[in-house]
Amino acid sequence: MIAESDLISDAIPERPDFSHCTSASRNACKLCTPLGACLAYRGVRGAIPFLHGSQGCATYIRRYVISHFREPMDIAASNFSEDTAVFGGEKNLLAGLRNVARQYRPELIGLATTCLSETIGEDMPALIHSAREAIADLPALVHVSTASYRGSHIDGFHDAVAALVDQLTGPAIAHGGLNLLPGMLSAADLRHLRELAENFGFDATILPDYSDTLDGVPWADYEALPEGGTAVEAIRAMGGARATLELGDSLRARPRTAGKILRDRFNVPLHVKTLPVGIGATDIFLDALAELSGRPIPPALIAERGRLIDSMVDAHKVVFGRRAVIYGEADLVIGLTSFLCEIGIQPVLCASGGRSRTFESDLRAAIPELPADTLIRNEADFVDIAAEARATVPDLLVGNSKGYGLARELGVPLIRTGFPIHDRIGGQRVLHIGYRGAQQLFDSVANALLARKQEHSTVGYSYL
Amino acid sequence: MTHKPIEILEARRDQVVCKSDGAEIVCGKHSASGSVSQRACVFCGSRVVLYPIADALHVVHGPIGCAAYTWDIRGAQSSGPQLHRNSFSTDLQERDVIFGGEKKLGAALRELIAACHPKAAFVYSTCITGIIGDDVDAVCKTVGAETGIPVIPVESPGFSGTKKDGYRAACEALYKLVGTGDIAGISRHSINLLGEFNIAGETWMMKDYFRRIGVEVVACITGDGRVDEIRRCHGAKLNLVQCSGSMQHLAKKLEQDYAIPFQRVSFFGIEDTAAALYAAAGVFGDAELDRRARELVAAELTRIQPELRRFRKILRGKKAAIYVGGAFKAFSLVRALRALGMRTVLVGSQTGNPDDYRQLKELCDPGTIIVDDSNPLELAKFCLELDVDLFIGGVKERPIAYKLGIGFCDHNHERKEALAGFEGMVNFAREVHASVMSPVWNFVPRRTRRAERSWREAA
Repeated sequence: MIAESDLISDAIPERPDFSHCTSASRNACKLCTPLGACLAYRGVRGAIPFLHGSQGCATYIRRYVISHFREPMDIAASNFSEDTAVFGGEKNLLAGLRNVARQYRPELIGLATTCLSETIGEDMPALIHSAREAIADLPALVHVSTASYRGSHIDGFHDAVAALVDQLTGPAIAHGGLNLLPGMLSAADLRHLRELAENFGFDATILPDYSDTLDGVPWADYEALPEGGTAVEAIRAMGGARATLELGDSLRARPRTAGKILRDRFNVPLHVKTLPVGIGATDIFLDALAELSGRPIPPALIAERGRLIDSMVDAHKVVFGRRAVIYGEADLVIGLTSFLCEIGIQPVLCASGGRSRTFESDLRAAIPELPADTLIRNEADFVDIAAEARATVPDLLVGNSKGYGLARELGVPLIRTGFPIHDRIGGQRVLHIGYRGAQQLFDSVANALLARKQEHSTVGYSYL
Repeated sequence: MTHKPIEILEARRDQVVCKSDGAEIVCGKHSASGSVSQRACVFCGSRVVLYPIADALHVVHGPIGCAAYTWDIRGAQSSGPQLHRNSFSTDLQERDVIFGGEKKLGAALRELIAACHPKAAFVYSTCITGIIGDDVDAVCKTVGAETGIPVIPVESPGFSGTKKDGYRAACEALYKLVGTGDIAGISRHSINLLGEFNIAGETWMMKDYFRRIGVEVVACITGDGRVDEIRRCHGAKLNLVQCSGSMQHLAKKLEQDYAIPFQRVSFFGIEDTAAALYAAAGVFGDAELDRRARELVAAELTRIQPELRRFRKILRGKKAAIYVGGAFKAFSLVRALRALGMRTVLVGSQTGNPDDYRQLKELCDPGTIIVDDSNPLELAKFCLELDVDLFIGGVKERPIAYKLGIGFCDHNHERKEALAGFEGMVNFAREVHASVMSPVWNFVPRRTRRAERSWREAA
């Protein structure tokens, strides 16, 4: 049936259908590569991210990150002008590095390029060399190439972690520690990860670790750089670790990761695991920690697992058969989907905004029970997600706050996970991983569904 | 209380002055490399000005970041179409950078225009579109001819100047629409509102004031903006320019080409709102309009004064820091805070000009620190040294204040609270009150340390 409004060709439709406009990105479900790099650098102690390019990139990324973590996020930039774009950025880079070194006294400057410096073909190794020659007391300097026309924020994140390891890690002195490469998780996740590793006697080197730098305490004095983060010394020593645990299925197919560099250069055994979201993935992760440490899983964790299962029994009917749309970074989507399958929720659409050739095979490998008719979309934007979601009639959305408009349109709850969460307090404290994270997710999902039923009930029972 | 010293960069020494010193502030400089400037870029300036035009298509020609970071973050409301709340980008990939992005841009525009029938399309160039040699103008021209709507290039590569240059590029883009609409039937008592962006519905409040006075608002540029209104804005008799930094260029062009005079106004605070209404009413030489304006102001003041008085009693003597994008807004804020009994001890802007800073200096109390294009470290340093109770700024300044345990009031485009006009003044007072008087400050180190010290001194 043709609606009357469709016949008036020059009127703007109330809800235009952009699903056929495939030449454009329409409400992206991804961010640019330098954002990921800046986030990763923020997880190194005393580090300041430094973008070689326009000032706007730094400002936009700062605002975006600040609005999620609600913490200061200083990013310096070499502030290109028209002259710089024509004659190259050496002068700006040197002046910028000098200024940052003086004002921030960083232990590390994390350099990342932008589209502009990449497009004009800046020779970063040469520039860094001349910076080292020209500036006497330059701190450690790491550089990652992050042209945003190549990949998305998650690529910038992993590439920056790889760059840190590649450019800082020195000759290996065996120390029996554990390298934990968590991927892009929340501050609460990183804290919990440390706690889990400690449960097995590990003082793990978690890289990056922005659990304090992006979720810290109030200050009496303004700190140019917040406390916390992985020490540069600890990164230098990562080659001497007993093993590396790298989290995220997409990393297996990625040609260059921090874990692979440590394996290839220093023979550190590498174990790539699914993000420990949900029971099965957490079991696998804890088993790995148990095996590496030779210690059993502590009773407290077993009890936590028990409580989780007990609650799942209590509320299994609330969640069973409900249809979910899950979107975000590929590895987080895999973890979340795996958990939702465990509680009887049917994933009708799994969408990732970035490009990962192995997204579908990773999903199916990690979750063998994933229904064959679950739609899996790689490189999706929110118009793609909305079009599929409307057709699949979900009961809930699981993903970042950018899906709120869609949730509102569909009249279903949005379970906020991942990054960014710009419309609620506490995005940095959303716990996804471990049994404890699964418990929080489970309670959120079950309660959102109960609340919706209650709100839509004509009776309004207070006893459910 | 002593604090860790924070150094002001050598390159920035002349961009910080104290009102009591004789020194002239230096401004309009390109930001020092490596300083964490709170400014954005040329693209940001253009995007922020054009964004509220709700029946236009906005397409960012570039890699994904520029579009992603500007997706639906602002509080600029529309009473009708919501096209502006989408984020469209050509999402340039490596192959586009090598082979050019013109084809992709053309295809994207054609598809999007077919899907939503916009009244016009704005195509923003970004840092790399010029460098890879895309002829954005040509693509716009072709698609415009095919689709029959104005497809307007916005010359906004991020590095090609400061945010101010982006404002100018936006004004140039807008000017392509100006003069193309029918101006028949426009009242002789008519104005345009320039640089008013309908944050939290503020344009509607202003339009209501003018309706009550009997002045027709032909176009608000760009709050709740419509292409057809911009097309006929040259039919108005006066331009009221609120955000002068962004819109003075357009106002000057309208003055030059259409002999429409303009006045800088502000709708923040009681004094400035009243002054703006009187100015608009007075310009037409009609005593009836003057009378209605005075009546309106009197009625509104009677309505809000009791509540303001209550807040003033509580807030008297509190100290504030202001750091905003445009200096003109800073003037209004200094006055609005004064109306609440508060004192501004630090004030600055991202883009003020020498004239702005001279006026600011005159307006402020002795001892006030004035900064141009500041950064987190400087702002923090002064907030602590001056022991402020409130910081007014935008999202990037918020964590500086909060980390130090200082109340904060968002006065930027992302806010969702109406702060303009008389009603807005009450909202502002409420927000300042909630920011300054919250008991949570009792727990932050800045206060607990002081309490500990005075307790020790007493003992």
